[in-house]
Amino acid sequence: MTIIDHHEANGPEAAVRLSEASARDFFELLKPRVMSLVVFTALAGMVLAPGHIHPFIGFIAILCIAVGAGASGALNMWYDADIDAVMTRTASRPIPAGKIRPEEALAFGLTLSAFSVCILGVVVNWLSAGLLAFTIFFYAVVYTMWLKRSTPQNIVIGGAAGAFPPMIGWACVTSGVAIESIVLFLITFLWTPSHFWALALFKMRDYGAVGVPMLPNVSGEATTKNQIVIYAVLTAIIGVVPTTLGFSSAVYGAFAAALGVGFIWYSVGVWRMPEGDEKMLPAKKLFAFSILYLFAIFSALMIDHLVATLWLTTGGAA
Amino acid sequence: MDMITLSEAQKKSRRGRNIALGLVLFGLVAAFYVVTLVKFSNGMAN
Repeated sequence: MTIIDHHEANGPEAAVRLSEASARDFFELLKPRVMSLVVFTALAGMVLAPGHIHPFIGFIAILCIAVGAGASGALNMWYDADIDAVMTRTASRPIPAGKIRPEEALAFGLTLSAFSVCILGVVVNWLSAGLLAFTIFFYAVVYTMWLKRSTPQNIVIGGAAGAFPPMIGWACVTSGVAIESIVLFLITFLWTPSHFWALALFKMRDYGAVGVPMLPNVSGEATTKNQIVIYAVLTAIIGVVPTTLGFSSAVYGAFAAALGVGFIWYSVGVWRMPEGDEKMLPAKKLFAFSILYLFAIFSALMIDHLVATLWLTTGGAA
Repeated sequence: MDMITLSEAQKKSRRGRNIALGLVLFGLVAAFYVVTLVKFSNGMAN
């Protein structure tokens, strides 16, 4: 049935299972789209941090963070292969599609986790390596193995795993944790529920079919919509905190406020969506906008910081 | 001695995995070399 089972063998070795998995299949295990978000937010943490890191050491740090995040994705796919096979969104992933065996994915994930943490520790510093190790543990064990199948608050708490990369990037430069890096963490942390519950609304049946207790299935659409609006408001507020704390300019603050209003606007659109709406267009729009929002916020933070640095270096008003 | 005959698809995928692994190993060697140079030059500068 599976590609892995298909083989030609002579004699008593017929039971040997030979893999047809390609390098691309293993790359897919790393959840490249999630990895791109991790790379981007980790880079933001690194750019915004005070101090200097050699560009090549910074490149290695980003690479380690990306591989560590990818490794936790592989461990997630290994553990969730049973439910991935049932859900339309995940049925074509390498394990349920039969391209990679679960034990191969487990070995791949564990190896990459160990390598990424150790190399980050040796090349950059051990605080950032410790944060990366904790992030991998949090995503693979706390979220995937524990929270995901046991509580509708799974992605609220589990969202911390996706929010750590800017803190790691910051720690790579400063060897420490600061209020600014915690604010960067909170931006992604508070953004995650609205983003994920928008997806959960229009994929409700998928999650229901595999018994994952997502909020729409457990508490209903109305509660989910209320929670989406609450977290969108919290996200909009935390988005402007960099300006109120003084590590971003008023221009960034105005831009973040406008984006925040947009985020609330789209979430209110979901809130006003009729119960039992089949197409769920407002939820799909919010999901798309939320991705744009996060990229725009972190881009704006980096551009604002680079402009301010350039201004100071060139003598500013002088 | 019994031998396993690989299918064309198995040969192709194994070749692809070997090339990818080779590139990763080469990248690691190059990265460690440059990191060593950077660390040494920083140490000398200090």
